[in-house]
Amino acid sequence: TPPVAYLLTFKKKKKGSSLRKSPSLVPTPRRHTSTIQGLRSSLLAAIDTLSRVDSSVAVSSGGELFLRFISLTSLEYSDYSKCKEIMIERGEIFLRKVSLSRNKIAKLCHPFIRDGAQILTHAYSRVVLRVLEAAVESKKRFSVYVTESQPDQAGQKMAKALRKLNIPVTVILDAAVGYIMEKVDLVLVGAEGVVESGGIINKIGTNQIAVCAKAQNKPFYVVAESFKFVRLFPLNQQDVPDKFKYKADTLKTSQNLTEEHPWIDYTSPSLITLLFTDLGVLTPSAVSDELIKLYL
Amino acid sequence: EAAPEPGEPRSRPPQQRQPCGEAPGGLAGWECPQAGTALSRERPPVRGGHGGTSGMSHLSAPESSWSSLPRVPAFLQGPRLAAHPTSPPALADGPNDSEKPTGGKSKAELRAERRAKQEAERAQKQAKKAELSQAATAAKPRLTPTEPQSVVKRLPEHVQVDDPAAQRKLAKKLERQQVPLRQDYGTKVNLFSHLHQYSRKKPLTQQMSIPSTVIHPAVVRLGLQYSQGIINGSNARCIALLEVFKQLIRDYSTPPNEELSRDLVAKLKPHISFLNQCRPLSASMGNAIKFLKKEISCLPDTLREEEAKEKLQDTIDKYLREKILLAAEAISRSAFEKINDKDVILVYGCSSLVNRTLCDAHVKKGRAFRVIVVDSRPRLEGRETLRRLVRKGIHCTYVMINAISYVLPEVSKVLLGAHALLANGSVMSRVGTSQIALVSKAYNVPVLVCCETYKFCERVQTDSFVSNELDDPDDLIVLRKGQAQLGGWAENKSLRLLNLVYDVTPPDLVDLVITDLGMIPCTSVPVVLRVKNVDQ
Repeated sequence: TPPVAYLLTFKKKKKGSSLRKSPSLVPTPRRHTSTIQGLRSSLLAAIDTLSRVDSSVAVSSGGELFLRFISLTSLEYSDYSKCKEIMIERGEIFLRKVSLSRNKIAKLCHPFIRDGAQILTHAYSRVVLRVLEAAVESKKRFSVYVTESQPDQAGQKMAKALRKLNIPVTVILDAAVGYIMEKVDLVLVGAEGVVESGGIINKIGTNQIAVCAKAQNKPFYVVAESFKFVRLFPLNQQDVPDKFKYKADTLKTSQNLTEEHPWIDYTSPSLITLLFTDLGVLTPSAVSDELIKLYL
Repeated sequence: EAAPEPGEPRSRPPQQRQPCGEAPGGLAGWECPQAGTALSRERPPVRGGHGGTSGMSHLSAPESSWSSLPRVPAFLQGPRLAAHPTSPPALADGPNDSEKPTGGKSKAELRAERRAKQEAERAQKQAKKAELSQAATAAKPRLTPTEPQSVVKRLPEHVQVDDPAAQRKLAKKLERQQVPLRQDYGTKVNLFSHLHQYSRKKPLTQQMSIPSTVIHPAVVRLGLQYSQGIINGSNARCIALLEVFKQLIRDYSTPPNEELSRDLVAKLKPHISFLNQCRPLSASMGNAIKFLKKEISCLPDTLREEEAKEKLQDTIDKYLREKILLAAEAISRSAFEKINDKDVILVYGCSSLVNRTLCDAHVKKGRAFRVIVVDSRPRLEGRETLRRLVRKGIHCTYVMINAISYVLPEVSKVLLGAHALLANGSVMSRVGTSQIALVSKAYNVPVLVCCETYKFCERVQTDSFVSNELDDPDDLIVLRKGQAQLGGWAENKSLRLLNLVYDVTPPDLVDLVITDLGMIPCTSVPVVLRVKNVDQ
């Protein structure tokens, strides 16, 4: 069998916001793998390399779930190339599901946006953008507040994209969330990772918004694809692994991590009302149920 | 009273074989194949059997399921002849030979007979039902539509102590099984009058003759160890129980004309009742017993007795190894991920899992952390934890439970053990645990509970009153400077002492449950139960 290794390349968007995984099966003459174990270990190495370049939660969880999905079938065939064919087929199915997931989520979520609603969102999320697009398509009128989301000003990018959809949008300071909360009807954010407890890992500032929303009894909705479900269980902010908090280059070059500013924070499940995923609309306690189904 | 490590019960080494023919009063041979007794041959025919009996309906030596006794003490013999010490063995020739009963019907014929009887009874029942339904249809308009169907589950006996009908039923059942009924002691607090309260000074064995003819001596010893608090802790109790059941199975021999799968379950029942009377069964023990009964009744008929007993002992070993010992290892490894350097961990009471996790993290993996051990009266189990941890070189602080709000600001996480996890995610554990969880929540300290999956219960409880255990109230009497405070509590009409054993922690106070299946939130316990049921 010709020595071929399949590599997933992740199309990276600038400035480290959430990733889009796109299938690009690149036949590269790599290590000679002639066993299933060898293939698996080379895939793991690929995921590891990618995580080292971009330390986002979505990369690690997506990679692991992909690996589990393709290897979860019965690979009892003695012919190695047949096994590889099956794995490639499963990989295609997985990637197809992923690309459709955003539309599924948009279909589930846009009914929750009523006519005349004021929505608050945080930083730049393509899933939220898709949901709001679907709401516009169903002829709803609403306005959006976006936090500026320092230090990379991702909120400005979100505002630009929303203006293109002709949605009235206001960019507010991160510090103004407590001020604006009484005016909004619901909060809608994306997620970089969904953890076992049902909480989410997202751009820094999300936890604050969730706490303010809880204090004023506003619903806090999260939209995330199912490949972002990860087997972490942080007990508090300190418990989130450092490799997710900081950028990959920072991890490599910095001397003292406590002087670096983290890019993400953890929002606990008690602050989240509902999660919209391609597996359906879930409460935070149902996330663990889904994770058990996915991973066991 | 220290809780022994699982796997090292503080009981004596396995029972030595007593020489047979010893004077009655010693633990005379449960395993004496030589001596027989002529009693079994001279016994009048017993109802309900095909020559064999279940041995429970009279006080004479039971039909030799436990091998014959060499000599039955006179006061147990009743109006029969004295046993002949050297008479040839009767129906059961030792424990090994029960495949072909000496001149009885073959197994298949017996089964056919039994089936015919069942059919006859069923036909009778149908006829009766048809009559009743005719009467019912005539009286139907009188029936109210809100009458409860028989879908309502019966309440277990141990939470119905103040219901005389339930207690009468229990007394009758125990009498039938020849297990003595333990009397309650002392006046109870009104809110808990539906639970049993026993005194440690009056163990159950005072009411029975030893050697008992119905209860295996290993079980008597185990019951005493439970009731006197020598074996403590749900893992230790369950392991001791399984070991004793292995012994029971070893000493068991199928009586003629009986099937092992049916008879052994029936033989286990009085033992379980006895243990229940000594000390209410824990959730772990309950699950183990359910598993064992299922295994026994699923035994294929084609196995010979020796093979069946071997198989049973193997399954018990496997259960012990997988569900308890390996699970502890897995939990220790998962919990280790949550222990960081410079952590301050708070533990309560004595949990074998928590102790093992901390010792492994310190000794094997070399994490640097310190522990605050919280203790409470009257059991003072924290002292045992303290002893074990200090011996391994872990830096410990010891406080009583009333000081927890003082120490919590410096605690980074709380690690608790559990007696059982209920289907709604509540944690049932030693009394005081829910208090610790509550105060920790107020201080925003994460609470982690370690529990194996075999302790997961299908029960649902939202409070600690409905089902609990009342320990001996005399334990609360303090001896200080020669004076026993509260010593005369029984005479004082307006004073009641309450010594609760368990309490229930609601799921929103617990952040994480560490099981052998991984780390799950409290709300996922019913998912695990569902997955387990699907597996079975």
